[in-house]
Amino acid sequence: MKPEQADAMWLDAHCEISIGELVQLSGLSEAELRELVDYGALAPNNPQESEWAFSGDIVFMLQAAGRLRDDLELDAQTLALTLTLLKRIRELETQIDHLRAQLPRRRP
Amino acid sequence: MKYKDYYQILGVERDAGIDAIKKAYRKLAHKYHPDVSKDPVGEEKFKEIADAYQTLKDPQKRAAYDQLGRHQPGQDFEPPPDWGRQFGDTQFSFDDVDLADLFAGLAGGRRRAARPGGGVNMPGQDYEVTAHITLDEACRGTTVELNLTVPEYDEHGRLHRVPRSFKARIPKGAADGQRLRLRGKGGKGIGGGPDGDLYLNIALHPHALYRVSGHDLYLDLPLTPWEAALGAVVEVPTPSGSVHLKVPPGTHAGQKLRLARRGMPMPDTGEGDLYAIVQIVVPTVLSERERALYKELSEASTFDPRGHFEREIRK
Repeated sequence: MKPEQADAMWLDAHCEISIGELVQLSGLSEAELRELVDYGALAPNNPQESEWAFSGDIVFMLQAAGRLRDDLELDAQTLALTLTLLKRIRELETQIDHLRAQLPRRRP
Repeated sequence: MKYKDYYQILGVERDAGIDAIKKAYRKLAHKYHPDVSKDPVGEEKFKEIADAYQTLKDPQKRAAYDQLGRHQPGQDFEPPPDWGRQFGDTQFSFDDVDLADLFAGLAGGRRRAARPGGGVNMPGQDYEVTAHITLDEACRGTTVELNLTVPEYDEHGRLHRVPRSFKARIPKGAADGQRLRLRGKGGKGIGGGPDGDLYLNIALHPHALYRVSGHDLYLDLPLTPWEAALGAVVEVPTPSGSVHLKVPPGTHAGQKLRLARRGMPMPDTGEGDLYAIVQIVVPTVLSERERALYKELSEASTFDPRGHFEREIRK
């Protein structure tokens, strides 16, 4: 079978996505995303503007939160709490990776 | 098709009520959900648990499941004649589906249950795969070939597990844990719905010399005691070639020497930094001459690295 060729796009802090795209990528509705912003669990890069834009690195945490909501039948408030905790876990994992990288590999 | 005992998977009796089933599912889901569990077999285990719950919580699916009879888990079996007609209009090829696909195909299923011709417009499923690449490949960019086996409906509405193969170009600038989206390369959309996406989780193989933090690299830099004390110019490898690093006199162990923009390239522009972490290494075997020189140094030097012990105790 001949493999299909696919182009790729990074979803990281350098990539900005609109609320419409976030609806499509996260599987959450616009109302749910706005509720997460109201709860303080999700922050647009430009809260003063009418067309919100979000950092691309939030997509995977929103997908994970959405899966947990579906699989564990979570309500809106618990979804917001879940997202906050997922972000905290990600932040701590990044810190651990950063500190681990500074540990010597072998003792001289 | 292999039999799975959904009651046994959830740890409930065959006559358990919906509340007991829900409670058992939630307890197991908290433990094994792949988004919270670090258990290496958690994902596979959760899939079984979720499939069992999706079937047993729905009265119609549960009745259909019970009609399959009782078999040993893992035992090959075929549904009774007319089972498909009795519980749904789907035509199955029983050879290349698993039990979960069979029940996902019944009415009232979740997202993947929608079938062509059902008048439903649904986006295709998203797929998520981990791509293991080397640090050099991340720096230069690379192409990976991915082979997946995914459930798909054919034009007659029959469910099949089909092999799919992709070539994905990973542009330079990948960092460990970074995610890449391949638009439209997931499951086929249904009834005119858009195709799903394929997500790649980038995982870097450990490198023999460098440790990675984002786009920054960390390298152990062993120095001799005299290089650390007197200063030196040493050759340091970086992903873009070796450089000469000036080690200042009086350098101590654990000190980080920064080589700006000698880390990994970032996706758009710029590079991370490389940090050389100093280790002072002493020779384990000394020649007579070396031993004599160390002895002479110890007699001549007034340096006391433990002087603060005494000061702290006196406080």
